[in-house]
Amino acid sequence: MIAVIDYGMGNLRSVQKALETVGARAILTHDPEEILNADSVVLPGVGAFKDCMANLKRLGLVDPVRASIESGKPFLGICLGLQLLFEESEEFGPVHGLGILPGKVVRFPEGCSETESGAPMKIPHMGWNSVEVKKKDPLFKVVPDHSYFYFVHSYYVIPEDPTMVATTTRYGVEFVSGIQHENIYAFQFHPEKSQTLGLSLLERFSRLN
Amino acid sequence: MLAKRIIPCLDVKDGRVVKGVNFVNLRDAGDPVEIAAAYEKEGADELTFLDITASHEKRDIILDVVAHTAEKVFMPLTVGGGVRTLEDIRNLLNAGADKVAINTAAVHDPEFVRTAAGRFGSQCIVVAIDAKRVVLETKAAESKLPWCDQHPDLFLTENEPEPIFEVFTHGGRNPTGIHAVRWARLMEIYGAGEVLVTSMDRDGTKKGYDLELNRFISESLTIPLIASGGAGTLEHLFEGIVQGKADAVLAASIFHFKEFTIGETKKYLKAKGVAVRL
Repeated sequence: MIAVIDYGMGNLRSVQKALETVGARAILTHDPEEILNADSVVLPGVGAFKDCMANLKRLGLVDPVRASIESGKPFLGICLGLQLLFEESEEFGPVHGLGILPGKVVRFPEGCSETESGAPMKIPHMGWNSVEVKKKDPLFKVVPDHSYFYFVHSYYVIPEDPTMVATTTRYGVEFVSGIQHENIYAFQFHPEKSQTLGLSLLERFSRLN
Repeated sequence: MLAKRIIPCLDVKDGRVVKGVNFVNLRDAGDPVEIAAAYEKEGADELTFLDITASHEKRDIILDVVAHTAEKVFMPLTVGGGVRTLEDIRNLLNAGADKVAINTAAVHDPEFVRTAAGRFGSQCIVVAIDAKRVVLETKAAESKLPWCDQHPDLFLTENEPEPIFEVFTHGGRNPTGIHAVRWARLMEIYGAGEVLVTSMDRDGTKKGYDLELNRFISESLTIPLIASGGAGTLEHLFEGIVQGKADAVLAASIFHFKEFTIGETKKYLKAKGVAVRL
């Protein structure tokens, strides 16, 4: 059983349905006991970092999330669920995150350009962008280089430890779009919105335990 | 490289796709869920449902449609049409929509966009702008919008440089006196994550997008723009992206009637140097 943490932030139904489509059993829950008893845990999330963190605290989910990660069970963060793992975000902040991984969350610099015309990149970074796999982890075997995944975000993580970087993506800057550290997996993109490739990543994750 | 997005749009009325969709091998050519799945298979980057259900009692049907679609299709889904309250947005997002498009409700009350973006996040708030080219021969009409005194700078003036694009509501019937480019900027400031710009002059004509309209708005924003209204050929999509500076192009009939598949469309664009996801 996979526990998808439901803390009132975003389209959780899609995450649950995507996991079910690849044959996993998934529940939406904010019950600490169910989270601790699950075989693996998914922390999704869209919206503002501060609100997400506040909701996790209000629902008493900070300790269960931490305990679940410390227990060594597979853990997957998606989008804000990736960013929340780090120490702090500059979004309406600085705001403290869960601080499980060392590093910070920053906004895309204004006015970056990659086109000949020099037109500035739009923020949020919204749409399908390619992902380069930097780490030989079994989970990413299904992802050929230059594969497209769906992104929607204005902030990205800068981990202190470069060995955690699983994938990177270019958007004005080269940023970290995937993390892998011990039992923790986290993506800035949305596998549940990335059609076949996204589903195959979720399938691999669901079979880790 | 971020790919330009190709977005088919389905008009849904009372839970059924209208305006006809000409797909082979569909059990039910009016079923939005089946059509959505077919577009996913073709490689559409996103999908938009425009709910044109007129009767108030039948408005909840779209929620079932969204829920069933979200169970089968794993790509971003935007739903527009009749989004008026925070509860409408919450219901659509809970049913499985990723974004909602707000049009008339934003014109009636711009604060609604600010509140909605604050509550649900900018990433799910698309402001739809229906615009028309107008010629001001006489003094612009006085606005009847209750908030017009708060943003006098948004309204058309006598000395407006041409071309002048005005925001319309109710499918292009009701003028608002609002300047479309300045309106888009306000919506960005108020937290819109994206704008969907439809030229009411071009909608349904198959003469191509209004490139000036899209370019003027796109260049004055930092958020992405979806061009809509008028696509009849693949070249129109190309022009919308390159000359109209659109980040995504939305089209209905050229995809529905199988004039071109999404795959053919993307191959064409790629051959012309546009970044697409193949």
